[in-house]
Amino acid sequence: MLVFATLIGLVAFANVEIVMNGAVPPDLAWYAGGLVLVATITHLFVRFFAKYADPVLLPCVFLLNGLGLVMIHRIDLSTNRGGGTPMQFVWTMLGIALFVAVLWFVRDHRVLSRFTYTAGAAGLLLLALPAVLPDALSEINGAKLWIRLGPLSFQPGEFAKLLVMVFFAGYLVAKRDVLSLAGRRLLFVDLPRAKDLGPVLLAWIISLGVLVFERDLGSSLLFFGIFVGMLYIATERVSWLMIGVLLFVGGAFAAYTFVDRVQMRVDLWLDPFGNKDLLGAGQIIQGLYGFAHGGLTGTGLGQGRPDLIPFAKSDYIFAAFGEELGLAGAMAILVVYLLVVARGMRIALAVRDGFGKLLAAGISLALGLQVFVVVGGVTKLIPLTGLTTPFLSQGGSSLVANWALIALLLRISDAARRPVEEKRPDRPDRKAEAATEVIAT
Amino acid sequence: MNKPVRHLAVAVLVLFALLLVNVNYVQVIDAEDLRNNPDNTRTLQDSYSRPRGQIVAGDQAIASSRATDDARKYRRVYRNGPLYAPATGYYTLYSATGIERAEDSMLSGDDDRLFVRRVADLLQGREQRGASVALTLNAKAQRAAYQALKGHTGAAVAIDPKTGAILAMATSPSYDPNDLSGHNDRQVSREYRKLAGDDRQPLLNRGLSARYPPGSTFKLVTAAAALSSGDYEPSSKISSPTTYRLPGTGSATMRNFGGEVCGNGREQSLEDALTISCNTAFGKLAVDLGDDAMREQAEKFGFGQTFEVPMVCAKSVYPDSPDAAETALTGIGQFDVAATPLQMAMVSGAIANRGVTMQPYLVSEIKAPDLKQIQRADPQEYDRAVSPQVADQMTQMMKSVVAQGTGTQAQLPDTEVAGKTGTAQHAKNQPPHAWFTGFAPADNPEVAVAVIVEDGGDLGSEATGGAVAAPIARDVMRAVINQ
Repeated sequence: MLVFATLIGLVAFANVEIVMNGAVPPDLAWYAGGLVLVATITHLFVRFFAKYADPVLLPCVFLLNGLGLVMIHRIDLSTNRGGGTPMQFVWTMLGIALFVAVLWFVRDHRVLSRFTYTAGAAGLLLLALPAVLPDALSEINGAKLWIRLGPLSFQPGEFAKLLVMVFFAGYLVAKRDVLSLAGRRLLFVDLPRAKDLGPVLLAWIISLGVLVFERDLGSSLLFFGIFVGMLYIATERVSWLMIGVLLFVGGAFAAYTFVDRVQMRVDLWLDPFGNKDLLGAGQIIQGLYGFAHGGLTGTGLGQGRPDLIPFAKSDYIFAAFGEELGLAGAMAILVVYLLVVARGMRIALAVRDGFGKLLAAGISLALGLQVFVVVGGVTKLIPLTGLTTPFLSQGGSSLVANWALIALLLRISDAARRPVEEKRPDRPDRKAEAATEVIAT
Repeated sequence: MNKPVRHLAVAVLVLFALLLVNVNYVQVIDAEDLRNNPDNTRTLQDSYSRPRGQIVAGDQAIASSRATDDARKYRRVYRNGPLYAPATGYYTLYSATGIERAEDSMLSGDDDRLFVRRVADLLQGREQRGASVALTLNAKAQRAAYQALKGHTGAAVAIDPKTGAILAMATSPSYDPNDLSGHNDRQVSREYRKLAGDDRQPLLNRGLSARYPPGSTFKLVTAAAALSSGDYEPSSKISSPTTYRLPGTGSATMRNFGGEVCGNGREQSLEDALTISCNTAFGKLAVDLGDDAMREQAEKFGFGQTFEVPMVCAKSVYPDSPDAAETALTGIGQFDVAATPLQMAMVSGAIANRGVTMQPYLVSEIKAPDLKQIQRADPQEYDRAVSPQVADQMTQMMKSVVAQGTGTQAQLPDTEVAGKTGTAQHAKNQPPHAWFTGFAPADNPEVAVAVIVEDGGDLGSEATGGAVAAPIARDVMRAVINQ
């Protein structure tokens, strides 16, 4: 499957080159060789260091990453502004390196639960950093969620996502019994006790803080969604979901009322053609034109005009695929994502310890939500928010962080699928408490 | 904890289902509207990035797409541009005319009938190609018409009377569509402004889109109405006074061209009146027949109808509820009656075709990129204008016009020609328009033609249809017959 995924990437690359430059590039062999080498090494690494890990995930991710590279290269070619592709390639390599490193250092995911609070603090720090930094160091295109160091810029939020999820998982596993205790009953809903409500309120406030200070809708929605989802898993109480939804609706309404940027996004979503003067309308409209132009089968790689869409390489890369690969290609990409998310959920179901379960479910949910928010925005299903499309979009932090997520997911799945006899004798009815067991190894 | 994980998995599944449905909506259901949004430059840009089908006349491609080095990958090239411009039209990034516009979906390959081939092209990695459109134009007749019109402002249209196929459609002055198909937008728009601002209107397809008072050529309609009424024969004596006092007016009179006297100044046969184009006789004849009979006859020839050939032609008009004096003027093709050259060619064509008016058409055949035929012209009757007997009588009278009347300049050696001249007043102190319409050979017609030269051409106020327009018509008819 990995061979297949790599091959698709290479064929797509050759296709772009032929269409745009009229010939197969002479160094195709080098690219091919390099890519195959990397894929082989990664594969072998996973075979040795997580040999029971889910075999579907890695090919899916390779496929997405490869397609992303091809599309970025293709858009570089037509805008004559190179540079995107080599950087993305470097980031891909870094991502894979981090992937390997995570698998190497984290031999058992449960070890991470020891760092619950460290991860939480680090995550929040990273998340809040751009909000505190002066605009000159943190703002790009109106969203204040970057750290810019000279020519380099990265979004700490992408890594914060990972750390915060580790924190959530650790915290919730530790506190799940308390959280599921019933508090007062109000209108058929079991309210949790006020002091247990603290963390969820805190998370909500932080996500709104991100929204207000960093002017980033997507991330706040994502963080909040992840937290509520994980809380629901930990407590098995629907009331948390309902509270979450209520808080979200309230927060969204408040944001719509008080934050211009949010209002603008909603207006654009409802009627982009009627609000052509608003910033960003052109992007939405061009994106829709792109999708329409692609139709069922697409224009073919290299034969559309995705370069007409602002930020086609990052936020709007899905529209570029919609145009050049058509409905068929767009649906195929969505299905690959769905496959990743579904396998992740299966891992969560299969793994035996609570921490792993929560983390795997959180990672899968995060990926799923992120795809939904960005693709939904691009296709005008929901208001547009500036999130990256995992593995496809140009952007180093996102790519590297997502590789790390996949590494964790694979690590958990390795534990989940490891045959029982190979495991160290486990005390049967003891809850898998990560810390002690890891020390026992 | 597995139950909530399952629930969340289902929730994510639902979200993805929404995405899939929405992508389907955007790319399939809403796509047509989005593509047709006038703001959508992508569709236009795209039409430049693939080869457009050819427009073919005779066995020559008169419009084709040639690969270029710039971002718009293909450029439209017109062979003998000015000669065929009224038919091909032009094709720019911003607009198109003529066949380029009327058959755009075929030429671009977007037509639904090409869908299967589009998919095949896609699967084989070929770029989308357009279908080629073959025209009914006869290259020799087209060239003859264009050459003969040179120096004049006017138009000539020739049709095959048996089918309605347009054999020639020339306009003068013309323009070169190559000037408008370049990829240098500023140059193109400069060129366009120049052509659009030209007083002589080179962009106007005079054959189909310009309406003129038909003058005496309209007497064919009046005569046809008279013969069809059953009350007249070509030999019937009709009154032909030197001056005809228009009924219902105080002292307004109608006189003959140049103040001439018809026959004996009192009456003459219908045939003689047509031969020398006697105004007073036809003015009174129209009044005697009445507005209804006149209108009905005109409409059977195609007046009042919009034809798509497939370009949309201007509608020729018979005036609304004229009074008696106006009917008299209408009977000789003045007042508000207005006809396109195509319409007058159809009048001759119907007479030549033993009374049957055919629908005019310009596209003979459309072939897919794989050369399979997609569409073939199927000649259609429009109406029965006159009975075969009346058509024969009309033919006899029109032969007389060319043999010994006002149309002698249209004579061809060894071939009998039938026709009618016209000299149409259209504005005070302006030379009249010169008309000729007719067909040949008279007994087995192959071509029906109408020619107009605006403002009398190089003869100015001395012009008559017989002197200026008839020789042009003759050249066109000869080109068809002697090919």
